Amino acid sequence: MNTAWLNFDPVLLWTDALILTLLAGVLVLVWFIRRHEHLRAPWRSVAQRPMAMGSALVLSVFVIIGLLDSLHYREKLPDSLADAPHYSVDVLSVFDAMVGDLRTQQEKTYSEPLAMQLYAKEFVQRDGVAVREYPRLKFGGSHLRHASERVPDITRRSLIGLAQGLAVSLLLFGLLAAWQARRTQNSFGEWFMLWGEGRLDWPGRTVAVIVTLLLMMGGLLIHLAAAYHVFGTDKVGQDVLYISLKSIRTGLVIGTLTTLVTLPLAIGLGIAAGYFRGWIDDVIQYVYTVLNSIPGVLLIAAAVLIVQVYVESNPDLFDTAARRADIRLLALCLIMGVTSWTGLARLLRGESLKLRTLDYVEAARAFGVSHTRIISRHIFPNVFHLVLIAIVLDFSGLVLAEAVLSYVGVGVDPSMHSWGNMINGSRLELAREPVVWWQLGAAFTFMFTLVLAANLFADGVRDAFDPRQGGRQ
Amino acid sequence: MLAYILRRLLYAIPILIGVNLLTFALFFVVNTPDDMARLQLGAKHVTPDAIARWKVEHGYDKPLLLNTRANGSAQFTDTIFFKHSAAMFVFEFGKGDDGRNIGNEIRTRMGPSLAIALPVFVIGLLVNITFALLMVFFRSTYLDLWGVVLCVVLMSISGLFYIIAGQYFISKLWNLLPISGFAGGIDGLRFIVLPVLIGVVAGIGSGARWYRTIFLEEIGKDYVRTARAKGLSEVRVLFRHVLKNGMIPILTGAVVVLPLLFMGSLITESFFGIPGLGSYTIDAIQAQDFAVVRAMVFLGSFLYIVGLILTDISYSWADPRVRLQ
Amino acid sequence: MNALLKVDKLVTAFGRGDDALRVVDGISFHVAAGETYALLGESGCGKSMTALSLMRLLPDGGHIASGSVQLDGLDVLVLPEFDMRGVRGGGMAMIFQEPMLALNPVIKVGTQIAEALELHQHLTGEATWDAACALLNSVGVPDAERRLDSYPFELSGGLRQRVMIAMALAGKPKLLIADEPTTALDVTIQAQVLEVLRKLRTEQQMGMLLITHDLGVVAENADRVGVMYAGELVEEGARDAFFAAPKHPYSRMLFEALPRPGDGGRLTTIPGQVPGFDDKLQGCRFAPRCPHTIARCQSESPDWQELNGQRVRCHLAAELPVRIERELTAHAKSTQSEEPLLQVEGLKVHFPVRRGFFQRTVGHVRAVDDVSLSIQAGRTLALVGESGCGKTTVGKALLRLIEPTAGTVSLGGEIIHANNAATLRRRAQMVFQDPFSSLNPRMRVADILLEGMDALGVGAAKDRREVMTQLLRQVGLPEDAGGRYPHAFSGGQRQRIAIARALAVSPQLVICDEPTSALDVSVQAQILNLLKDLQDSLGLAYLFITHNLAVVDYLAHDVAVMYLGRIVEQGAAADVLSSPRHPYTQALVSAVPRIEPQTGQHIIRLEGDQPSPLNPPQGCHFHPRCSHAIEVCRQTFPDPTLLENGHWVRCHWVVAQS
Repeated sequence: MNTAWLNFDPVLLWTDALILTLLAGVLVLVWFIRRHEHLRAPWRSVAQRPMAMGSALVLSVFVIIGLLDSLHYREKLPDSLADAPHYSVDVLSVFDAMVGDLRTQQEKTYSEPLAMQLYAKEFVQRDGVAVREYPRLKFGGSHLRHASERVPDITRRSLIGLAQGLAVSLLLFGLLAAWQARRTQNSFGEWFMLWGEGRLDWPGRTVAVIVTLLLMMGGLLIHLAAAYHVFGTDKVGQDVLYISLKSIRTGLVIGTLTTLVTLPLAIGLGIAAGYFRGWIDDVIQYVYTVLNSIPGVLLIAAAVLIVQVYVESNPDLFDTAARRADIRLLALCLIMGVTSWTGLARLLRGESLKLRTLDYVEAARAFGVSHTRIISRHIFPNVFHLVLIAIVLDFSGLVLAEAVLSYVGVGVDPSMHSWGNMINGSRLELAREPVVWWQLGAAFTFMFTLVLAANLFADGVRDAFDPRQGGRQ
Repeated sequence: MLAYILRRLLYAIPILIGVNLLTFALFFVVNTPDDMARLQLGAKHVTPDAIARWKVEHGYDKPLLLNTRANGSAQFTDTIFFKHSAAMFVFEFGKGDDGRNIGNEIRTRMGPSLAIALPVFVIGLLVNITFALLMVFFRSTYLDLWGVVLCVVLMSISGLFYIIAGQYFISKLWNLLPISGFAGGIDGLRFIVLPVLIGVVAGIGSGARWYRTIFLEEIGKDYVRTARAKGLSEVRVLFRHVLKNGMIPILTGAVVVLPLLFMGSLITESFFGIPGLGSYTIDAIQAQDFAVVRAMVFLGSFLYIVGLILTDISYSWADPRVRLQ
Repeated sequence: MNALLKVDKLVTAFGRGDDALRVVDGISFHVAAGETYALLGESGCGKSMTALSLMRLLPDGGHIASGSVQLDGLDVLVLPEFDMRGVRGGGMAMIFQEPMLALNPVIKVGTQIAEALELHQHLTGEATWDAACALLNSVGVPDAERRLDSYPFELSGGLRQRVMIAMALAGKPKLLIADEPTTALDVTIQAQVLEVLRKLRTEQQMGMLLITHDLGVVAENADRVGVMYAGELVEEGARDAFFAAPKHPYSRMLFEALPRPGDGGRLTTIPGQVPGFDDKLQGCRFAPRCPHTIARCQSESPDWQELNGQRVRCHLAAELPVRIERELTAHAKSTQSEEPLLQVEGLKVHFPVRRGFFQRTVGHVRAVDDVSLSIQAGRTLALVGESGCGKTTVGKALLRLIEPTAGTVSLGGEIIHANNAATLRRRAQMVFQDPFSSLNPRMRVADILLEGMDALGVGAAKDRREVMTQLLRQVGLPEDAGGRYPHAFSGGQRQRIAIARALAVSPQLVICDEPTSALDVSVQAQILNLLKDLQDSLGLAYLFITHNLAVVDYLAHDVAVMYLGRIVEQGAAADVLSSPRHPYTQALVSAVPRIEPQTGQHIIRLEGDQPSPLNPPQGCHFHPRCSHAIEVCRQTFPDPTLLENGHWVRCHWVVAQS
């Protein structure tokens, strides 16, 4: 492909490709579910749960950031020739382009959240004399003339940000109300009454509150981040907010791609073991007992080492640091997938054992329907809800596992932004006086928000797909 | 029953062989000793000589499976597979990179690991069951609802956070307990309290929520209605009838991890500086000490299989339907 | 008469406010000491909820909205929960339908009984155990001492239900509520358990509230009857009067829907189904299904009126025509072709039992042991037996859903083996018992019906849609049913779908495995009629597997009685059922509760339970339970003895008699 006319070079990392595939898969699935009433019904019930909808909104913010951060490119170097362009070695993403200066405004070292001075004293030349003091930051609060202006400035920016968020939210709400009122052929007032009393067929109040909060938070961050390091800076002076946001993609990739790896193994082997029984069952059970018995961390450690060796011995395959980090991330997902399919497989095996004795499977056998058809039409659709519940339940566990693995040293590449690396890099700083807490705080807060939202959403999905209610309706 | 247990024991052998072959493949075939040497020596010192020397030092200079230069049975015994993989079946783990005997290390480090892991396990089990029973007793009230929400919040917090926050607040800020360290005997108690406390708290969220589901499932069954129809009080129904049935899945779920307690917890031990097998493992991973990692893989699998067998036994002990058939 | 239990305008609802579902809606009745009051109705009409309301044991979400319940003058509904516990088990006790589920699986039977004794009789230690033992003896549990140490799973269904009864009696209750106490049991066991209940009631002068859907059980056990429909009581009266002349159209139709001996005609069916409680109910709740409905029924809920000592809620009760005796017509003699359609010789299905270290085969469960039978086209053979006798296994082995161990099966003259299974599958199909588990909930009805045609390549693909519409019409389903999922249909409709699925490949033989036992009596009648119509129009042969002799009487031409894997008696249905010769068949026939006024026929009580097919008794399998057993029965399995009309029996006693 001739991309010379572009002033950038699109880069498709392995994980990008998989994420886009996954997105396409999800879209196809959504289209499929919309066409099947019995598949749609439980989702509708998910959509009616305030807790699930609220957390889904929060999750969607994370997902959007993660997706934007998955469209990578390299900038054309300004002085390169038109017919033989040279590109920067830095791989950037659309998200980087959107946050603008946040990435480049690098300080010297640690600084507290919303600070205008560095965290550590340094010798500064003042009027020709070397004075030891807290130097001003290059970017954070650089527009302020005096320290006393800081608090009023922050307050002003916060209020503007919050107000703008609220305004946008009100505007959206007005549009929504007008559209909904027209659709349901109510007057605006009637619809508003229904909304206020919580008698809509979707959790309108929760959605409105969460969207408003998110927008206000967004407004606040945008206005503060324009002039300050909202979460401070890290050891090398990078903006912690930026790192935390960049870490979202890592968390999402681990949470989703790992399950993507486990699914074919778990579904294929689990159903095969339960449906065919006999020696097939024995072999599959043997394989998963062996895999299960090896401590997961150690297996992951071994695999990560292998990847490291591979990358180091094939430097020409991985031309940028981003590619190297990416292949390690992918390997991590792969190996975590290989070690974690056993739980779901065992569940599906048990369920298939039950299903195969059901009368409708017997009826199909009485027609001589082939095994593949029985599995695809009778077994799989009836265990699909379990798969779905497993996907959403596993997600949060995987996000949390990333932090632990990075701590052990077998997680993602140290050069990759991830909450685990943030925690790992800063936990020793707790011994400092005064404590450098913001990096840990930001990582834990982001991780907690994502995991909590995922857990609450998973709860909603599980309740809606609850097999105890699903069987006999 | 005895025949059953014997058969389970025999079944463990092919599994251990499988584990052994898998680790052998991972550590010696996919990752050749040359690669290991390169990784260990670092990019600057890689010369063919250095690699050869490293291999001799670590006993990796032999052929993988078949030594054509040796005679007789030594053709098979004087190989990497025999010396480093097959030997593990008799718990011969060899030496780590630090030159110490791995078997000895394991023996001395098991104690400290257990000192943390066992209390966490026992206290955690009790706390989780109590919490779950409370929620079930007050089911469909706000107490239950908020209990579940609390569980979800607790389980959404990273385990690292519990440790870091615990160490920071309890030890550093309030100076209540030592921040890390370990000692034997009664003296050691003060070192143990904090990691145990943190271990228990970190496990409440998922544990109590899971047990609550088990109890709720039991409480919907017909025999509970029969017990109530007899005139039993709700507390008695819960403790005599529901708990007894609910304990079957709980016990069998717990027994499988019981032997693995010997392995300790990687994170806790490393944060609290406890000289157990967890910190041993983590050090080995970070130092890329393959001999130790291999030994721990084998030990972990062995203990897991012991756990599986214990599960079968405990299952038949706890459930008369299995015991008597 | 002083009422022991007085229920007044009881209303039980789920949910609150406008959306509340009133599952019990203003019920009033009373039960005197020593009296059995039967609450009769189909599933979903609120019988069990009434019972649970009395005990205040409603499931989560249910609550008693209004009304009063007085037990011996004590208002049960206003008692604080603490005192209510004394009433439960002490004042009134309850036994449930499914004894396997109702007993705690991990606590010994003795301990479970002792628990109630300690609570209500304040016994301790040794005395409790003795009392528990005495209780088990009183309900006829053999070897009571040893049974106290058993876990529920070690007992058979009949024994479990006796344990339940013993446990209920532990508190010396004044009122015993029995919620479908024998529905889950076989008919010979049901007879045993009902006898225990009758004996106890007389001995202890308890009041009994018997909840059942079975008119036969009511006829033999109740003193007074209340008929429930959709949460309301619609008729009430003394047993004899009620059975002589039911007044409410619903009660009448229940009687007419019941297949009865010698009844070859069509059964009366009640169209539609019991309304759900979420339907808006107005006027008489039965009006939408009632053939006599007038305008008033739609708008005004009828009040109680008294007619010859019976109370009934129907506007037309006084004007309804006198019940016409159903015409009894013999079976239309279908043309008997000489060539049998299905011929089974020496069919055996043995499941190996593996034990010990090497999992050696130490024995075989002889589920089916040397069964031979034949069916001609257009005729119905009923295979009758109690649960565990192997009748379902026969059906599945014929279709090779279970691989038979030995024997030959020939269908239409062609011997079936593993290689021509496709032929088999086109000629023989199956209808299963449970219409809920026999239809895949994730498939549209159309796909369910097309599955067989696709798999077997029946007809041209383009015609299949046409065939499907025709099938739906044939089984009496709307044509748009194809686009919907099974959960949109009721139990009876689902069974129609299952029948249509079997018919989709135009089989000559349909194996019906208890197709109506999961259905209510009115729906059962619809399905039986349908099966009969289909046989007439398509010339189908049925192998009808059932435990319900009344259905056999109605539908079958021939009957084969199975006991422990073997056929013990076979012949024309009329012959076998009217003059059974094998002692087992005799016991089976006599144990069926009948609704006719006492015919003087006494129940032949069978001792004990059917033995395990793993270890069948030597000689005749039935000898340990047989009152006529002689020495030879213990040694050799009897050969068939041919009586008249192709009726044969395997019994030494019959041989000795003739």
